Amino acid sequence: MILRALDLRSWIFLGVLFAFTVAVPVLNLAMEPGSSAHLPSFAVSLFGKYLCYALLAVALDLVWGYCGILSLGHGAFFALGGYAMGMHLMREIGPRGVYGDPVLPDFMVFLNWPELPWFWHGFDMFWFAVAMALFVPGLLAFAFGWLAFRSRVTGVYLSIITQALTYALMLAFFRNEMGFGGNNGLTDFKDVLGFDLQSDQTRAGLFVASALALAFGFVLCRIVTTSKAGKVMIAVRDAESRTRFLGYRVESYKLFVFTLSAMLAGLAGALYTPQVGIINPSEFSPANSIEIVIWVAIGGRGTLIGAAIGAILVGIAKTLLTGLFPEFWLFVLGGLFVLVTLFLPKGVLGAFGALSAKAARRPAAFELKPREAQP
Amino acid sequence: MISHKSTNALLYLDGVTKSFDGFKAINSLSFMINKGELRAVIGPNGAGKTTMMDIVTGKTKPDMGDVVWDGTVNLTECDEADSARLGIGRKFQKPTVFETHTVEDNLLLALKDERSVLATLLSSRSKAQLARIDELLVLIRLEERRHELAADLSHGQKQWLEIGMLLAQDPQLLLVDEPAAGMTDEETMRTADLLKEIAGDHAVVVVEHDMAFVKALDCRVTVLHQGAVIAEGSIEHVSADPRVVEVYLGR
Repeated sequence: MILRALDLRSWIFLGVLFAFTVAVPVLNLAMEPGSSAHLPSFAVSLFGKYLCYALLAVALDLVWGYCGILSLGHGAFFALGGYAMGMHLMREIGPRGVYGDPVLPDFMVFLNWPELPWFWHGFDMFWFAVAMALFVPGLLAFAFGWLAFRSRVTGVYLSIITQALTYALMLAFFRNEMGFGGNNGLTDFKDVLGFDLQSDQTRAGLFVASALALAFGFVLCRIVTTSKAGKVMIAVRDAESRTRFLGYRVESYKLFVFTLSAMLAGLAGALYTPQVGIINPSEFSPANSIEIVIWVAIGGRGTLIGAAIGAILVGIAKTLLTGLFPEFWLFVLGGLFVLVTLFLPKGVLGAFGALSAKAARRPAAFELKPREAQP
Repeated sequence: MISHKSTNALLYLDGVTKSFDGFKAINSLSFMINKGELRAVIGPNGAGKTTMMDIVTGKTKPDMGDVVWDGTVNLTECDEADSARLGIGRKFQKPTVFETHTVEDNLLLALKDERSVLATLLSSRSKAQLARIDELLVLIRLEERRHELAADLSHGQKQWLEIGMLLAQDPQLLLVDEPAAGMTDEETMRTADLLKEIAGDHAVVVVEHDMAFVKALDCRVTVLHQGAVIAEGSIEHVSADPRVVEVYLGR
């Protein structure tokens, strides 16, 4: 099943990802600091962050590119995964916090909370936090999708309520009473699974874990999209009512793919938090979710690989430009979106594919002509 | 489910009424189709032909009346997917095929098979399915274009592909909305022949404006006007009916 799902392009993508996964830790750990080949540690975490974004973009492409569900709230699933991991990392701090409480995170001591709220229990265990990083976004997506898809909410209306969903969550998480650290969020993490988060080895480990998660998410999405269910998803995207009249229960397919995508976004978020060292409510902001859509559009919708490339390209551009001209970044992002929509409607990957197809077709064009003339 | 078999007809509509904002699109309509029957439904614009199909396929719920499938199933409680699974196939007026899929994949998706998410995730094409696709491709004359995208087909070919998809579903009843629209005369006649061929194994209801086409079908004709049946019988019989002439043919 896996072999059938991967075409040449997929293997090239996985090969490049593998080379990158080996090269980055080697250049960071094995090279002498100060030598020209040495990769600074911050770059390792930065690349790890891009890989998390890439996985998030792949997850969005699965629902948008293949099933036509334009979610403008995928940042919410990402952030929930990030919070689940953040809660574990907070519990791991233990008595090393500023207030030295063995159980309560600092912000709870600060707020004079007598004991741990019920929903913080269990997060001292790593496996539980990982399970929640998948389960909570999945459950939210399932509940949301069950209501929305059964009521046949589609198109722009669905996009608007996904946007409202992430906005509502942002407002909720800003409140101290929610018990997730209010507007400061969760931070000051010390270690994960006993490894110091500041050490180069842990950073490299998290980077490799992000690359593996991206590879896993990509292969999983390929398996889904190349199966017959994937063909049904594309059918839903192109002619929803035709698909219904063929006897497919469209809402079940949408629900399945939306939930799966939310879980992948949660996984990306869970890997993101330890690498950036903080998770706060701004991750829920609607603008973040819209940015994910721009990554996918720039890279090439409905290609998975394009989504990952788009996320990484825009991520790099953002890092460079926000360093140089911070006030222009949003204009650049908006301009990029307009230009890609106008001139590269199939994204960077689509444009590349069209070019190579054109080159391959040129000699055959002569033969094809008489056939096209037939009725 | 209706406990006892109330009728022998494959599809049975009785006293069906549906209004939209006070306008009665369907007004106490009664209609019956037997197994394997070929039937043409004609009527001026707004006569309720499309609404009738919407009601039969579960897209629209009637305000009143019974819609019974095969004497046992209450179709008013079904949605589109239910009706398709029961064995009702529908062809739209405007050809609707999956443009970004190949001709082969269009047929594959339509083939009678498990429709659940899990089943389609795990399914792989069987030899029998491929053989059936081969047969259908010959029937709809698209063997040559098997691996091309449906978007690249001509209008008439898309109509044919959609008919092929209906046949792939192997439904007991086919609802066909203006199949000859936009076809050349030759294509129209071939379509009529094909529908006649299909009838017998499947019941076929054809909604059509083109009188030449209806004559070629050579079957029982039902005339709808203002949401109700005003005449039924052979084409000669209904053509002679003064009310039919008044509302439809005379114009």
